[in-house]
Parts: sequence; structure tokens; C-alpha cells
Amino acid sequence: MLDTRLYLLQRISAMIMAPLVLLHLGVMIVAIQGGLDSAEILSRTLWSLFWGGIYGLLVLVVSIHASIGLRVVVSEWLRIKGRSLNLISWAIFIFLVVMGIRAVMAVTTV
Amino acid sequence: MTDTLEVKVWRGDSTGGRLVTYQVPQQPSQTILDVVTWIQREQDPGLSYRFSCRVGMCGSCAMMVNGIPRWTCRTHVQKVVQGNRLTIEPMRNMPVIKDLACNMDEFFSKWKLAEGQFQGSKTRLDAVEQLLPDSPKRVAANAAIECINCGICYAACDVVNWNSEYLGPAALNRAWSLVNDERDCNQQTRLKAVASDAGCHNCHSHQNCATYCPNELNPTASIAGLKRLASMAFLKGKI
Repeated sequence: MLDTRLYLLQRISAMIMAPLVLLHLGVMIVAIQGGLDSAEILSRTLWSLFWGGIYGLLVLVVSIHASIGLRVVVSEWLRIKGRSLNLISWAIFIFLVVMGIRAVMAVTTV
Repeated sequence: MTDTLEVKVWRGDSTGGRLVTYQVPQQPSQTILDVVTWIQREQDPGLSYRFSCRVGMCGSCAMMVNGIPRWTCRTHVQKVVQGNRLTIEPMRNMPVIKDLACNMDEFFSKWKLAEGQFQGSKTRLDAVEQLLPDSPKRVAANAAIECINCGICYAACDVVNWNSEYLGPAALNRAWSLVNDERDCNQQTRLKAVASDAGCHNCHSHQNCATYCPNELNPTASIAGLKRLASMAFLKGKI
């Protein structure tokens, strides 16, 4: 159910995710110092190539990482294998990418 | 020490079964295999189980004792008894043939699938290969080599329980000892086999295998080694 390709994809996505999560947490801590304010958040993110890129990348690696992780859980706990397992894994990946990119678009574009 | 043990033994076959309770006299230095043998000789000659050497070398007498896989010939009753109760069942993750005897066909088939057989390239006319005992590869092979094929790690492994195709700790540990055998000429095929869909990458590193291995081997570490080698080979386009 996990071959070398998927195994490496999950590890590499985790390596990319770790610093991005730390950056995200750091920004959150700094950003709420003056209270949580949507205008302040949007002033940072709107039309920002940097933040759009950072969160776009985060969405992509999270989707890869989570869909492979859930693939293992689905296979081991629900005993689903083969084509059905591939379909479920892709469905989770696409769902996470679409939802994530929608969220990124919401704070970077009007 | 109470005089009598209350021993529940699983009786049945591939179609199903149940636990049957026996009263067994307790003896000093008694092993679980002694208990099972006493039941068969004194109370129920129809009880089926498997053993051979009785000294922890052959790996044929493994059973579940109070829910934990153990080599029964080297497991003292005193160390595992709960009150005066013991529950003895056939090995987990293997189909039962009858009572405490399991079918180990699949367990050994997976050794073949993991390319667990040595393949040399030399003939009897060639000189004997010189292997340094302290070379890193020989040290790594040594750490994995003392497996007695008892199946305890396989019974302890949750991943085998969840995924019946998973090669399992024993077969992968064997592959690791051969991966580190400098005389072997089948490395690429072996690495491809252990990195397959049912191979080393499915291990969650729970370490049940290492916890219960009676010879104190660490198949989890062997599997981690295989993951490392398979990943490097994949990145280099070799598998």
C-alpha cells in the first residue's frame, strides 16, 4: 500500500511543511499582539505574492502529506485496497487542494 | 505459590474454537511448554501443539501466553502467570490448523517474496571470500542474523494484523542480513522486493517485534535500514 515513491513523497512533504508551519505559527503570534483584526490580516496578505506563495505551497504539501497518511489509515482500518484505495487517496488530495487554494485566494485576492 | 494452575487452552480448528479450562499441578521451574505437555499427556491426548528442541533453538513452540507471543520452552510459568491463571492460544496473524498448531506457510512464503535466500556468484573453484568481522556491513548483518524463525515478531506485529500482504518483520529482517552480506549478488532484486507495495515502507515502527523477539533482535531497526537503502536507490533511479 506504501511503495518507495509514496513513502518519500510523504517524508519530503513533511520536511517542507515543518518550517512553513513554524513560520505560520510565528506570524500568528506576532499578528494577534494588537488583537485579532481581519483588516490587519488582509493588509498583509492581499495581493502579496510572498504570502500567496507561502500558503499555496503549504496547502500543496499538506494535501500530499495528509492524503498519503489517510491512505494508510483507510487501508489498514477499513481494509480497502487496490483501485478503490487509489480513488479515495486522490479524492482526499483533490478535496484538500481545492479547499486550501480557496482559502488562500480568499485572503490574497478580492 | 499455589498448588494448581488454572490454564485456559484454545481448542479448535480453522472453522472456530473456544477456550477449555484445565487444572494443572504447579512445579518449580515449570515452563509453559511443560504445562501444555502435561495437559496432553495427563488430561487430553487430543491436544495438538508443536515443539522440537525444548531449549530455544528451533523456534517451533511459539504460542500466545496471556495475550503475548512467547517461546514457550523458555518461558517460565512463574514469570508470566497472573494469580494462578494462564491463557494459552495459537499464534496471532496465522491461520490455525488445530488447537495450538498454526499454519506457517504464509509466514515462510514471505521470506521467499523478500528474496530471503542467499545468492552467491562464486563457485567451489574460487577462493573463499575474506570478510572482516568488524566491517560495518558485517556488524549490521550480525545484529540481525540470530533469527530462529519462531514467528513471534510476526504474531506481535500490528501492521501484519491490519495488512495481510505485509511481508512482516522476520522476512524483512532476513532481507536486511542479506543486504549486508558482501558475497551476495542479488541485491538489486532484493531491494526492489522489500521496497514493494507490501514491503518495508509499511512498517510503523511500533517496535512490538523488537519488544517480544526472544533473541532480543531488533527487526524495526533492520526495516529502518531497508527504508533508508530503498529510498537512496529510488532517488538514484536504481529501483
